[in-house]
Amino acid sequence: MLDLALLPDGGISWLDGSGEHADVVLSTRIRLARNVEGYAFTGRAREGERLRVLQSVRDAMPHVASLAGGVVLRVDELAPNDRQLLHERHLMSKELAGLETSQGVRGGAAVVLAPGVGVMVNEEDHLRLQALRSGLELGDAMAAVDRLDRELGSRLPYAFHDDFGFLTACPTNTGTGMRASVLIHLPGLVLTKEIAKVLAGLQTMGLTYRGLYGEGSEVLGNFFQISNQTTLGRSEEELTDHLARVVRHVIQREHEARRVLWRDAGYIIEDKLWRAYGTLRFARSLTFDEAMNYLSGVRLAVGLKLITGLSVYTLNKLLIFCQSAHLAYAEGRALTESEANLARARYVRQALEAEADPLA
Amino acid sequence: MLCEVCRERDASVHLTQVVDGEVTLVHLCPKCAAEQGVETTVTTSPKNVLGEFLQAVQQQANTAQTDAVRCTYCSMSLRDFRATGRLGCSRCYATFEQSLRELLRRVQGSAKHVGRRYVAPEPTILARATTVGELRDRLRRAVENEEFETAAALRDQIRDVE
Repeated sequence: MLDLALLPDGGISWLDGSGEHADVVLSTRIRLARNVEGYAFTGRAREGERLRVLQSVRDAMPHVASLAGGVVLRVDELAPNDRQLLHERHLMSKELAGLETSQGVRGGAAVVLAPGVGVMVNEEDHLRLQALRSGLELGDAMAAVDRLDRELGSRLPYAFHDDFGFLTACPTNTGTGMRASVLIHLPGLVLTKEIAKVLAGLQTMGLTYRGLYGEGSEVLGNFFQISNQTTLGRSEEELTDHLARVVRHVIQREHEARRVLWRDAGYIIEDKLWRAYGTLRFARSLTFDEAMNYLSGVRLAVGLKLITGLSVYTLNKLLIFCQSAHLAYAEGRALTESEANLARARYVRQALEAEADPLA
Repeated sequence: MLCEVCRERDASVHLTQVVDGEVTLVHLCPKCAAEQGVETTVTTSPKNVLGEFLQAVQQQANTAQTDAVRCTYCSMSLRDFRATGRLGCSRCYATFEQSLRELLRRVQGSAKHVGRRYVAPEPTILARATTVGELRDRLRRAVENEEFETAAALRDQIRDVE
């Protein structure tokens, strides 16, 4: 079993509830797709080529200040639950973790985890550099990933084309290779049914949205990942500035929706949210979807100041730690679905008991 | 059809204007349309655009010789690209430059990178092992593709470096 103490900050400093608008925005992520010149892209490379790409990253690491104190984890050497766990922590994609049904783990797949930044190696592109931050912190995330990019790019030759920019396996990433995304909690807009309009609006502004785990994942617990759709024809700064402007606008709309809900249906909302809290506090078995939905309710209740004494950090941690691989890790063994539901309810109950009692 | 304003991007907004009783049809790309204050509610997700393009490539490939063109480095063809939606290596961008320029314009609304520029480090800074490894990969590919002249040249290069 993977020793999580080896990971810098346990890989979860992005949960700490710091950063702008942390009650609404769970996290900010910026990733840059890069390929190393001289090798076929991951999907077409031989295992030997992929291993050499990984070795070139290892060789570069001592010269890359951003990766100081980092660890390299060979994904193809990790147990399935550990791979799932790193995916649940948003430290690597489903594809890299080999959790896509169509294919297993690729030889040479690895993840470099350093304080505040990471590199996925041999994902769809050779390198996926990323920075993850708590709250709405596009500037900080960009500065960190840009520094890593410059340091690594001065040791490894990236594939770059004068007209097309950074070359990637999928043409939808070519150019800046950048995807900036913000994971945002929008229960107010969902409850007032304004969400469809907001999401349609995003698309007309060159942005797109996904579920909690990125591409192809469903929307759970009213969490949406908003990101730039295109990567060519605009600079990195233009893309992130535009995203920041739109996200601030969405946050404003969310707050307005919450005010309307509270004004027009205060007692219904109050009842619904306390029921959510009651279920989490006392239930003996919880499915993951149930937990997500009730946690969404409690998060809204904290935002409305209906429930006090619960920190954003606790709420964030609950989202991550009540996932199945985290529960199995805590129990030290594989769990059946019903065992996981019991363990989940127990974990949530204990976490809420440890916090100040909102009824006191 | 190209946008009548920027003449760069594809026109997907077709606007019927009535000015002084005269009806004119204006074709704009979404960006220029937005700049002119035209609201568009219909959008296509990039996946669909990519799908459409890949279909177009398929039709082209069925009739023309484009299908026969293979990347000299990874030997990918447009047919392979159509099947996976992924390119094989950085040199594919040069091999299929024309098709890709059109694809990027459709999918991304532009085919011109304006973001960060990049200059690769001097080869001397790179570890020699990497270079030999790269040459060996190319040699293996050259042999597989029966490009024996290239293979001979690569063998000499490897000997020189070693």
